[in-house]
Amino acid sequence: MSRNVFRMILVLCFSFLMAGAVFAAPPVKIGALFSVSGPASFLGEPERNTAVMMVDEINKAGGIKGRKLELVVYDTQGDATKAVQAANKLIKDDKVVAIIGPSTTGDSMAVIPVVERAGIPMISCAAGIKITEPVNKWVFKTAQNDVLAVMKIYRHLQQQKIDKVAILTVSDGFGSSGREQLRLQAKEFDIKIISDETYGPKDTDMTVQLTKIRGNEAQAIICWGTNPGPAIVARNARQLGIKTPIYMSHGVSSKKFIELAGDGAEGIILPSGKVIVADQLPDSDPQKKNLMNYVRKYQERYKVEGDHFGGHAWDAIMLLKNAMEKGGFSPAAIRDQLEKTKKFSGIGGTFSFSPDDHAGLTSDAFVLVQVVNGDWKLIK
Amino acid sequence: MDNFQQLIQYVLSGLSNGAIYALIGFGFAIIYNATGIINFAQGEFVMLGGMLTIFFLTVFHLPLVPAVLLAVMISTIVGVVFERLAIRPLRNAKPLRLIIITIGASILIRGIAMLVWGKDTHALPAFSSNEPILIAGATMLPQHLWIFGVTVLIIIISRIFFNYTMMGKAMRACAYNAQAAGLVGISVKSMTLISFVISAAIGSMAGIIIAPLTMTSYDVGIMLGLKGFCAVIIGGMSTGFGTVLGGLVLGLLEALGAGFISASYKDAIAFIILLLILFFRPEGLFSKKETERF
Repeated sequence: MSRNVFRMILVLCFSFLMAGAVFAAPPVKIGALFSVSGPASFLGEPERNTAVMMVDEINKAGGIKGRKLELVVYDTQGDATKAVQAANKLIKDDKVVAIIGPSTTGDSMAVIPVVERAGIPMISCAAGIKITEPVNKWVFKTAQNDVLAVMKIYRHLQQQKIDKVAILTVSDGFGSSGREQLRLQAKEFDIKIISDETYGPKDTDMTVQLTKIRGNEAQAIICWGTNPGPAIVARNARQLGIKTPIYMSHGVSSKKFIELAGDGAEGIILPSGKVIVADQLPDSDPQKKNLMNYVRKYQERYKVEGDHFGGHAWDAIMLLKNAMEKGGFSPAAIRDQLEKTKKFSGIGGTFSFSPDDHAGLTSDAFVLVQVVNGDWKLIK
Repeated sequence: MDNFQQLIQYVLSGLSNGAIYALIGFGFAIIYNATGIINFAQGEFVMLGGMLTIFFLTVFHLPLVPAVLLAVMISTIVGVVFERLAIRPLRNAKPLRLIIITIGASILIRGIAMLVWGKDTHALPAFSSNEPILIAGATMLPQHLWIFGVTVLIIIISRIFFNYTMMGKAMRACAYNAQAAGLVGISVKSMTLISFVISAAIGSMAGIIIAPLTMTSYDVGIMLGLKGFCAVIIGGMSTGFGTVLGGLVLGLLEALGAGFISASYKDAIAFIILLLILFFRPEGLFSKKETERF
């Protein structure tokens, strides 16, 4: 008898639960793969923070077409194997409709076959050109290509009538991809690379490489790496009294670089996403409003300055939001709408995707900035 | 720029890096000589020194000197706790097991540092001015002089300690023969503890004086620890000039190799030297065939 009562109550409970589920539409699940820890944590951490912040914001404003978003984040630790495992988990267990990330090119390349097979749209936050060239049906990306960054530097060098440069690149994925582009595009711009040096990601002294460069007739030095290496290069260059102009990559476009390099940072020029000079942009810039908003909100929530790495996740989430608003919530509908995105002004630039361009940015996504008196100054 | 000036700069860069390696290598040598263990957590003491100093400077706004003293003190306490919790309970274990424990401890310390201080790199302000000093066309920073100075000072002090004080002599006795030392009334346990105290203090001091140059982060101890290990192997695990020479030779070879061959091989050079020495002269470059360590 009592057992039957118990069963009935159980059944009742369940039917109530199910009914509840029918009344409130279930949240839309979005997967995220970021290298929150490990060597690429400088990318993954702001990206995760930004994605969490944006999803909260969208939900607070009532979600998308009345449905809330749910973000499922996994840490890839910058490890391609873990990224693939996590991607499979997102698709099979969590049943996400789309994936944002991974943070690094290596992780992204490993995950591409997985999402292609499953038919889940993915918006990578990594910069490598290989991710979207050749175009994969389900893969998009938000981070600016190295190609565009190199182009921006070389164009500036051309204007300064500089045609002999020395390059100093870090021997990891980011550095070797930059080195490849620097060498590849040099011919187009009639620039001669007369010295090609590298350093290790954990090196603590680059005076030797710089001494070698100082000994030749380079008119500019281009250093390609992510913190802390370039900061050490900047300090070493100051120690050696090197007067040749120094260019760096977008890999160091955060305040941290100026803080680490100290006086050595003065005068260094680098291409960067617009986010670090948001307030110096002309009001006519279509990105300005979003940039200022992002910078302010990030600062309020996390007490540190937002950088353009976090911006990649901002772009990914907002692109998804747009696609869902226009189409539906099925993976295929999201993909189709993503591809139709035109003139979307995000943090990294203004995106226009098409069936043969899944990166969507042009070289105006970058601006050149110079370090002046310990702060970024927009070079017009 | 002529080749000669370039050479001088390489030599200067090499020597200043070498002094850093020597100082870190010193910590390895002291523990090895008292206990027969190679303490792979030595690099973490280096990291702790730098990170703690930055922590006291930025969070508590202490002046440099108290911040440095506190950082050395706390690193030393970490060394003591490490010895008490991880080494002493297993005193009768084989050295290999203890060495593996030190690797575990280094991962633990690094992990805790990452959780507490985050993953960012930090720079310590230079102790004195930041203006380069010109020497025959080559340059160095005042901080390099600090490194040379502290290295020389620590070597002199340890020389005096090991050769002229009772405690130092007792430690050497333990290294020669722990059982015999125990029979004549030397407490082998406390000598082990003291060796951890000294090497943690030296390691953290090294971490502090190099932080303005190399910057520091939670994972800086791995590479610096390995380079220090190379230095001490070249020097034949000596707590004297062997290790200093080992560090300087390593620094010089790295700089010259990077300068005249290719910077891509900089780390490879260090580890090839390490392997060659372990294969052909395991007693170190400068010691006689006899395995006398002091």
